[in-house]
Amino acid sequence: MYQYDNYDQTLVNERAAQFRGQTERFLKGELSEDQYRPLRLMNGLYIQKHAPMLRIAIPYGLLSSRQLRMLAHIARTYDKGYGHFTTRQNIQFNWPKLEDVPDVLSELATVQMHAIQTSGNCIRNVTSDHLAGVGGDELEDPRPYCEIIRQWSTLHPEFSFLPRKFKIAVNGAAKDRAATQLHDIGLQLVKNDRDEIGFEVLVGGGLGRTPIIGVTIRPFLEKKHLLSYLEAILRVYNRFGRRDNKFKARIKILVKELGKEKFTEMVEAEWAAIKDDLLLDLEEIERIKTFFQPPPYVTLADNPLLAEKTAHDSQFAAWFRHNTFPHKMPGYRVVFVSLKTPGKPPGDLSASQMDVIADLADHYSFGEIRVTHTQNLVLADVKQADLHDLWQRLKSLELATPNIGTATDIICCPGLDFCSLANATSIPIANGIQQIFDNLDYLYDLGDIRINVSGCMNGCGHHTVGHIGILGVDKKGEEWYQITLGGSSGKDASLGERLGPSVAKDQVCHAIEAIFQTYREHRLEDEAFLETVRRIGMRPFQGRVYGDN
Amino acid sequence: MEIIKDGHIVANDWRHLSDDEALPEQAVTVSLLRWKNERDRLLACSVPLGLRLNSDDSLEEIADDLKYFSIIVLEFRQFTDGRSFSLARLLRERYGFNGELRARGDFLRDQMFFLSRVGVNAFEPNGSANAQELLPALQEFTVKYQAAVDVKEPLYRRRK
Ligand code: HEM
Ligand code: SF4
Repeated sequence: MYQYDNYDQTLVNERAAQFRGQTERFLKGELSEDQYRPLRLMNGLYIQKHAPMLRIAIPYGLLSSRQLRMLAHIARTYDKGYGHFTTRQNIQFNWPKLEDVPDVLSELATVQMHAIQTSGNCIRNVTSDHLAGVGGDELEDPRPYCEIIRQWSTLHPEFSFLPRKFKIAVNGAAKDRAATQLHDIGLQLVKNDRDEIGFEVLVGGGLGRTPIIGVTIRPFLEKKHLLSYLEAILRVYNRFGRRDNKFKARIKILVKELGKEKFTEMVEAEWAAIKDDLLLDLEEIERIKTFFQPPPYVTLADNPLLAEKTAHDSQFAAWFRHNTFPHKMPGYRVVFVSLKTPGKPPGDLSASQMDVIADLADHYSFGEIRVTHTQNLVLADVKQADLHDLWQRLKSLELATPNIGTATDIICCPGLDFCSLANATSIPIANGIQQIFDNLDYLYDLGDIRINVSGCMNGCGHHTVGHIGILGVDKKGEEWYQITLGGSSGKDASLGERLGPSVAKDQVCHAIEAIFQTYREHRLEDEAFLETVRRIGMRPFQGRVYGDN
Repeated sequence: MEIIKDGHIVANDWRHLSDDEALPEQAVTVSLLRWKNERDRLLACSVPLGLRLNSDDSLEEIADDLKYFSIIVLEFRQFTDGRSFSLARLLRERYGFNGELRARGDFLRDQMFFLSRVGVNAFEPNGSANAQELLPALQEFTVKYQAAVDVKEPLYRRRK
């Protein structure tokens, strides 16, 4: 992974020192609440229901074991002993004290971490594919470009006070595991007809209140133009994006109001004026690539003992089938650490679990951990021969629930339990759905289902792109839930369609069960849930959910 | 009143004329609106002229007039409005303006470093702020990843 040199280190040190000064001035009353707000937000600090919430950047989801141990230390020392991984591959702490945050940032800086631009109206943490470099279906590893963009966007002098937040995702694989169509800018590595690799540039996707799928404004961009093109887009947005209404301030609204053609024309005109001044040197790309070389794999054959182990141990077999993923190297496997233990808040991890995972990463996976946008962790490079041992260790930590990609692997925002913007709770809804499955056969029979829960229309739980989306709404002071079906954040991105009137809290699980039943009755052979929804439409589901009353 | 210019504290020698004030015999800045309405009259007086731009003013339409101004003032009505950061950069890089470029009004201390990077070389804070206390804000960071007005090469060409 990328290693800071003197420059990178100096910058995070200076940033931590700056934030210490800002916080001191605020606590002394020299900065007003309004003046301090954008400054703390640019360091990931929200003021929430119970306490401040601190969001720490995990650039494109990549962590070293040393960094994870630091997060454990922070959870233990400054928080209540746990952290929450988010859908943007970051981690949030819910209970730090405001006056401690400067210390937290100083400690993070010692392990090359920071909270820069994890919130606020600026360019946020760049996200990517959690299987980058190991998935086998990729044209090129996206992470070097993420790092290049991270550096370019860090304290960008022109684009730190945008109309609204700005999110960029980069994907290099055939499958879109980075939700590029749902970002302000999505970059997909593609090959042109001369066999050169460059980027397809998408703009104007986003979730939140007005979910929109991004549009391609440039089918092929040469790598050397990456940064100038980004600057052109950002400049058009910074100058012309709406600032009169914060709900209309995202770039997606600008693209929509101008129309794709006009917007593209403006970007291309801006780009034409700057493209030759800001070239991304190929040597720099090569330099950054050296940090993302494959780890020292040993030459192995696919492990023959594995089949035997799975034949004899059905629990291990289930975990192997659901929580591990083929690796491009023979003899290796990608392991998902499920943070979706039924009954626990999705995405939460305790300090002691973090410490052990850091040890496991050192022992089994070259000391690296990845965070997925589905709020799980990945150990990307595990020898097949080690899988059984690793599984036992994870099981003892309650981190081996064999449910990746299934209906209990729910993406969920903090909701009313923590968030002051919430209409309704979301964690109890996720836990309630998990309880439907007292037996795993039922869960596995349903196959791949992505369920997403958000406590309000800001959509931090990505409900609009869930195969099943659940959105908390406020109905005369009570918690009700709006259900959508048919969303997806993959290659075939789509926004879910409303099933019908919202349902009361105690009816959500019944409704979800009715949806499962409808699917079971209507599916054709191997048809996945999403395919069935797309084929048969809302009607049969509506009949079953609302039919009797 | 004191302002910061080129890293030093200096006296403010410009008077910011409102649109209905009579022209005095001294260096003045005028709004874009007044410039558009009274262009010929203003050019006829012999006082040095400056132009004040709001964040939503269009640069494209006055590009040819920039030669008449020895100062351009970027008015900050709200510090959260980041449009002037782009205006500054365009004035310097695209329109070749090399007079004084001043930020005035409701900018934050913590924006000064960014502003200095996009070409602003003078700072006229709101009434209560103390120029002496603001000065160190320009030095809070020594690392600059991006090419901008102040450094022409991105850090990746400067790393040693
Ligand atoms: C508890 C504190 C949180 C607050 C106050 C908060 C606030 C918000 C707000 C206001 C929006 C809407 C922004 C817009 O539409 O422009 C938003 C969107 C979002 N939030 Fe959060 N959020 C919180 C926690 C989280 C968590 C825990 C996650 C991840 C699980 C998350 C991930 C996201 C994502 C992915 C979006 C959608 C971005 C898009 O529009 O593309 N947030 N959040
Ligand atoms: S979706 Fe709403 S309730 Fe959930 S975290 Fe975001 S803002 Fe809070």
